[in-house]
Amino acid sequence: MIRFLCKIAVALALALPAQAAVEIEEVTSPGGIDAWLVEAHEIPFVSLEIRFKGGASLDAPGKRGAINLMSGLLEEGAGEMDARAFATARDALAASFSFRAYNDAMSVSAQFLTENRDQAVTLLRAALIEPRFDDDAVERVREQVLSGLRSDAKDPDKIASRTFNEMAFGAHPYATAIDGTEDSVTSLTVDDLRAAKDRVMARDRLYVSAVGDITGAELGVLIDRLLGDLPATGAPMPDAAPYDLAGGVTVVPFKTPQSVAVFGHRGIKRDDPDFFAAYVLNHALGAGGFGSRLMDEVREKRGLTYGVYSYLLPRDHAELVMGQVASANDRIAEAIKVIRAEWAKAASDGITVKELDAAKTYLTGAYPLRFDGNGPIADIMVGMQMQGLGVDYIATRNDKVNAVTLDDVRRVAAELLQPDDLHFVVVGEPVGLDVSN
Amino acid sequence: MLCRIGLFTILTTLLALPLRAEGVTSFTLDNGMDVVVIEDHRAPVVVHMVWYRVGAADEKPGKSGIAHFLEHLMFKGTDAHPGKEFGELVEANGGSDNAFTSWDYTAYFQRVAADRLDLMMKLEADRMTGLQLGDKDTGVKTERDVILEERNQRTENNAGALFNEQTRAAQYMNHPYGVPIIGWKHEMAALSKEDALEFYETYYAPNNAILVVAGDVDPAEVRVMAETHYGPIAPSTKLPDRARPAEPPQLAERRLTYADARVAQPYVLRTYLAPERDPGDQSEAAALVYLADLLGGEGATSVLGEKLQFETQTAIYTSAFYSGLSIDDTTFGFVVVPAPGIGLQEAEDALDKVLAEFMETGVDQAHFDSLKMQQRASDIYVRDNIQGLARIYGAALASGFSVADVQGWPEALQAVTPEDVMAAAERLLDRRRAVTGWLTRPETQEVTQ
Repeated sequence: MIRFLCKIAVALALALPAQAAVEIEEVTSPGGIDAWLVEAHEIPFVSLEIRFKGGASLDAPGKRGAINLMSGLLEEGAGEMDARAFATARDALAASFSFRAYNDAMSVSAQFLTENRDQAVTLLRAALIEPRFDDDAVERVREQVLSGLRSDAKDPDKIASRTFNEMAFGAHPYATAIDGTEDSVTSLTVDDLRAAKDRVMARDRLYVSAVGDITGAELGVLIDRLLGDLPATGAPMPDAAPYDLAGGVTVVPFKTPQSVAVFGHRGIKRDDPDFFAAYVLNHALGAGGFGSRLMDEVREKRGLTYGVYSYLLPRDHAELVMGQVASANDRIAEAIKVIRAEWAKAASDGITVKELDAAKTYLTGAYPLRFDGNGPIADIMVGMQMQGLGVDYIATRNDKVNAVTLDDVRRVAAELLQPDDLHFVVVGEPVGLDVSN
Repeated sequence: MLCRIGLFTILTTLLALPLRAEGVTSFTLDNGMDVVVIEDHRAPVVVHMVWYRVGAADEKPGKSGIAHFLEHLMFKGTDAHPGKEFGELVEANGGSDNAFTSWDYTAYFQRVAADRLDLMMKLEADRMTGLQLGDKDTGVKTERDVILEERNQRTENNAGALFNEQTRAAQYMNHPYGVPIIGWKHEMAALSKEDALEFYETYYAPNNAILVVAGDVDPAEVRVMAETHYGPIAPSTKLPDRARPAEPPQLAERRLTYADARVAQPYVLRTYLAPERDPGDQSEAAALVYLADLLGGEGATSVLGEKLQFETQTAIYTSAFYSGLSIDDTTFGFVVVPAPGIGLQEAEDALDKVLAEFMETGVDQAHFDSLKMQQRASDIYVRDNIQGLARIYGAALASGFSVADVQGWPEALQAVTPEDVMAAAERLLDRRRAVTGWLTRPETQEVTQ
């Protein structure tokens, strides 16, 4: 593969609103739950996306990892069914469900066939409303989480991002991994898991989208049945996260041939009027394409890495500009030097007209291409709702990109990019790196 | 179930699947280039792919990694579109592009608005024969550093990836499937511009390529465009046969242990040499797809999951995997990740006990029926992902299959009986053709606890 596919960048792209010839219908169920729907009757199935805002950041104090473990247990026995009976029933319907915790949301994704939709919804309802948390299931999934944590402790990418977050976010939940620590996960009880469910899975933070072979009236009935019996309110949302990390370099010694560096500093909010200028700026600086300055300088001209990229990370309770690079231990120092220089150059000079135009044509042209399947469209729509955007946003999004001027980018670059604030966490055995902190 | 343990990219049966024949058109240009058009008019998007019938298993001895290195160098420009112009044009049109190399094929693709297809064809046709790597070696050497860093990132920094590489090398005693796609590091470091150009000139030709166009397009218009851009390229008269060195009879079981301080979670990996799908005869492979699903598909319902994760707490993760799309013999494998306190020998013994019991008790009919239902449903779900469909056709045709083989695969799967599965298992599970690997930490000498 010629380029490394950056999952974080992809996720951010999908989280942004998009424009295409999709007709979104705003549905309110008889029970009062809102949802966005795109009817698509070509293929006899439905993609359903559900989000609970707050996600794993709603873990109670001392219970880190509870929401993540709870998410992993919803499918491990519900109602009258134990884990195996549930899986057998789901597979017999050829339905697929996934339950995942993230920093700012918990997601439920489902796909089911038209021919057995009612049965699939009955099954999914059991998982959402009546999960059992059987002791044997809890222990089984707990061991899987612990195994994952032990693996993460030996994974340079994970060590780097976790170290960065620990140093940046003080006592806020963002400072620790959503799956918890070996200690916290080991001590979680079934009561903790039930409490975690009620903290996050409530109707006052619920977002729903659906795409596929279903009408608005049918969807209304479906979501009432599926979600109507959830508690009305959950735990209060977390506070804003502090950002405590000064510029510098932190090395985490780890015996491996290639050093991984995660870097970043403060960023920009998603609803900031300058967000699009920052987005265009980042595209030119390091969004990962071969046109970006970081790829050009670090990879194309010097061969120092397979992949280098930067991205805006506007979370709900903190905003960052982040990046990542990996180079052999004896070359990482040079890669970091080049990145710092590019950061400083963009901060003082902004970008060129050619770069601005290229970013605009790419961003506006790529926009309708996101809407190419029921699953992707449902995912985008639920993301838009969580960001507080209206359905009309789709028609104006490209205008916002096109309205960005060279002066906007220059001004935002000077404010946003702070070369002296950049902190690099380097995991490996780097050679010749000037270390601070 | 938290799928945190991504030990392998397991090709589920969902990916191996079907296609509605009515949306698919295929034809061959006069110069021998095969074309497949897949219509999907739901969004104004098109995926344009060119697949070459050449991959890492076609490399000369000592030149491992050259197929993949050439894939990188294909982005270095032509006389008509020098430097990064191709990529810039794709981006300027809002598109994305990438490429990938396997043992059996190399493919290049772009995803763009449907009305930009003509431009994509023009650019891709130009680089089929027009690649220019310049007189100086600087650019080539820099790109060689990039692929070495790619190997660092994918393999050298990842104990599990190194273990897979060693296991695979032991599985294939003579066939080049035992050599990593990205190449052995010492051979990659010596690859030259001349090596890349020789490979390019030998294999990149219209009669060794397949064009796949999927999305909001009209097959008749695609044909006109393809004839305009790809049609004038002269076919090669000296394409080599794709006859790779074959495996000798495998008569002795192989075992290996790879110890690495970076291992957090030891596990057992067992692979067996297995038959692949054959053009015109896919029945044995279809039976093996069910065997993998029955034994180690979904954790909560598979035989391994039931015995090792539910009835006993021997393992925290089990899996069986098989992908039949291959030119030569492929592999069928098992993974067992032991629970805390369970040693690797114990985990391996538990695996063998489950396999022996399965050979006695046979296939559970209800489980089998459920898998068949899921196979049928995947025929519906797969239609939502046009790029996935394009890859299924491209990979199959580049591996020597016909459009009829691809479209016959769902029927081959539906025709499998439990007796077929057991007969295929009987033929497969011969330890003399297996490699058993233990991935472990250096300090943890195997202790039975």
